[in-house]
Amino acid sequence: MNDRVILAHGGGGELTKRLIAEHIMPRLGNEVLNPLTDGALLDAPTNRLCFTTDAYVVQPLEFPGGNIGHLAVAGTVNDLAVMGATPKWLSLALVLEEGLEFAVLDRILDAIAATARDAGVVIATGDTKVIEARGPAGMTLTTAGVGVLRPGTNLDACRIKPGDFIIVNGAIAEHGLAVMSAREGLAFQTQLQSDVAPLNGLIAAMLDTGADIKFFRDATRGGLAGLVADLAEETGLTVELRENDIPLTPAARHIAELLGLDPLTVANEGKCVAVVAARDAEKILAACRNHPLGRAAAVIGQITPGRPLAELITRAGGRRIIQRPYGEELPRIC
Amino acid sequence: MITESIPQLLADINTACAELDSVRLMEVCGTHTVSLFRSGVKSLLPKQIKLISGPGCPVCVTSQGYLDVACELAGRQDVTICTYGDMVRVPGRSGSLETMRAQGAKVRVVYSPRDAVIFAAENPQRTVVFLAVGFETTTPGTAAAVIEARQKNMKNFFILPGHKLVVPAMMILLQSGEVGIDGFLCPGHVSIVIGADAYRPIVEQFGKGCVVAGFEAADMLQGILLLSRQLAEKRPAVENAYPVAVKSQGNPNALKLINDVFEPADAVWRAMGTLPMSGLKLRDKFRAFDALEHFGLTEGPDVEPPGCRCGEVIQGKVEPKECSLFRKRCTPMSPVGPCMVSSEGTCSAWYKYGG
Repeated sequence: MNDRVILAHGGGGELTKRLIAEHIMPRLGNEVLNPLTDGALLDAPTNRLCFTTDAYVVQPLEFPGGNIGHLAVAGTVNDLAVMGATPKWLSLALVLEEGLEFAVLDRILDAIAATARDAGVVIATGDTKVIEARGPAGMTLTTAGVGVLRPGTNLDACRIKPGDFIIVNGAIAEHGLAVMSAREGLAFQTQLQSDVAPLNGLIAAMLDTGADIKFFRDATRGGLAGLVADLAEETGLTVELRENDIPLTPAARHIAELLGLDPLTVANEGKCVAVVAARDAEKILAACRNHPLGRAAAVIGQITPGRPLAELITRAGGRRIIQRPYGEELPRIC
Repeated sequence: MITESIPQLLADINTACAELDSVRLMEVCGTHTVSLFRSGVKSLLPKQIKLISGPGCPVCVTSQGYLDVACELAGRQDVTICTYGDMVRVPGRSGSLETMRAQGAKVRVVYSPRDAVIFAAENPQRTVVFLAVGFETTTPGTAAAVIEARQKNMKNFFILPGHKLVVPAMMILLQSGEVGIDGFLCPGHVSIVIGADAYRPIVEQFGKGCVVAGFEAADMLQGILLLSRQLAEKRPAVENAYPVAVKSQGNPNALKLINDVFEPADAVWRAMGTLPMSGLKLRDKFRAFDALEHFGLTEGPDVEPPGCRCGEVIQGKVEPKECSLFRKRCTPMSPVGPCMVSSEGTCSAWYKYGG
């Protein structure tokens, strides 16, 4: 059984030490984490801080295009970045289930290390526990993150006005569909890969243009639909999207259709929506398209006066309301 | 392939309808209901065309009695229910499969009946019951699964038979005379199996046109155009606006599978009661796979939740907004009736896409 995690790895004794020394520190070690003290000591900046946390429970742990480790870093980094903060430090709590293969754990730790490096954040503190397996052995991860607010950013949904443009940085729905393709019981194969990625570099490039960006949000669970439905509610304005302009690969479109899902409601992990002053839209698009994570960026709609509703102008030229999805999207019956 | 552009199709529909005061078309199937909303087609049609949603959402027509049996089976320690996802949230009289799952019942969502057979083979200690609902689109898959289970001599795989037939339901609606219908937009996927000719009795006995259409905006508009022209020219007919996929005779292999395993039988439809020869039961040689027989159960009565008008909605008698529960007590978050649960349900489509 020495290729799998056992309960004793969480007992706080010799095995815990080995788990940390042999699997975690070689991958995640850095100046802040290395002392392995009870808390991390950080050099506090003078700006305001942004603080967030998120738990990751994805099943399966590994899916086309990534694993739970990529998600745990990118998700928390993105939450900081859309707030206008530069992500600096993350905490990482690993709750492992007994029976988890070390090979899987190592791949996930490698993904955490690589994504943290990409995003320029430091894993500053952490914890490891082992619990009894509740099904196929898995793990949950919790990351909290601290970022430093960029001086001069003025992100505030209250500043959104009719006429503002809505921009997304690329093709939607790929994360949710890639995870579903890997889920037990859904036997279909696809070239689709999760879009999981830390967006702080892209968002910084957009903010660096000095353009008037009023709002950022990452379109994760609930998809683009959930995001624009919330936006309409928060601003009290109509959010109008044009289906023809929303980037969507043919593969994603067809798989969503096959599963009876509306691509607008499918989760993303590397897409953010920006609401910008119309006059600055071109400048922001250009900055996006210069960044590897924004090549397919597009203006997908605009804010209009009217009822607080999200509406879609369909490919056929008709109109319909965009509703926030209920919860778990159910595969359809025929 | 429809080669005309959408603006051209709309212009043609306007021309065809110019002399008609009112055109009442029933889209039989839930997939059309949702596609008509999702694509925005409903918002583009001339005013005199009224689209009425029909009884073609398999979850919505499934009776309360069927759900109660499914929930009873889910409550047994040794039983794993395998089902299409849409069924999970439909409220029965004592909760839904979703709430039963939260209390420990084993309920698995599958995309294909074959997944249920595979699960049963891999888990011989579990008794697996597949909720076999749906129209002719899903029936061949169930038939193939039952044949496979028989070939493998499996003793732990059963189906709860609930399959229904599209054409008898359409004819019963017309017979009742309670809903004014000028023509039918017939579902492309069901028609791939049963063939366009299956709708001939509707034209011959009731003088109502039937046009088979696909699910893209242009496909549906082409179907509506052909129906409008039929009405303008007073010549009801069966027409196939989806010839790339649908043949007049259907898919003989799929039809043979259905016929080998099932035979027509009376079936209980939600709120419509028992309709003669409108469903399918297992033929005698496959009866061992019938969960009702195996567990010695019978389907209880079909009772609608108080105030719920799903029964009238699926027959096109009322629109969701005429139900006093719609958008108030009955929402996708807490559905009262099946039409709000199913992704293809009429009430869910109206709620989601703002009918």
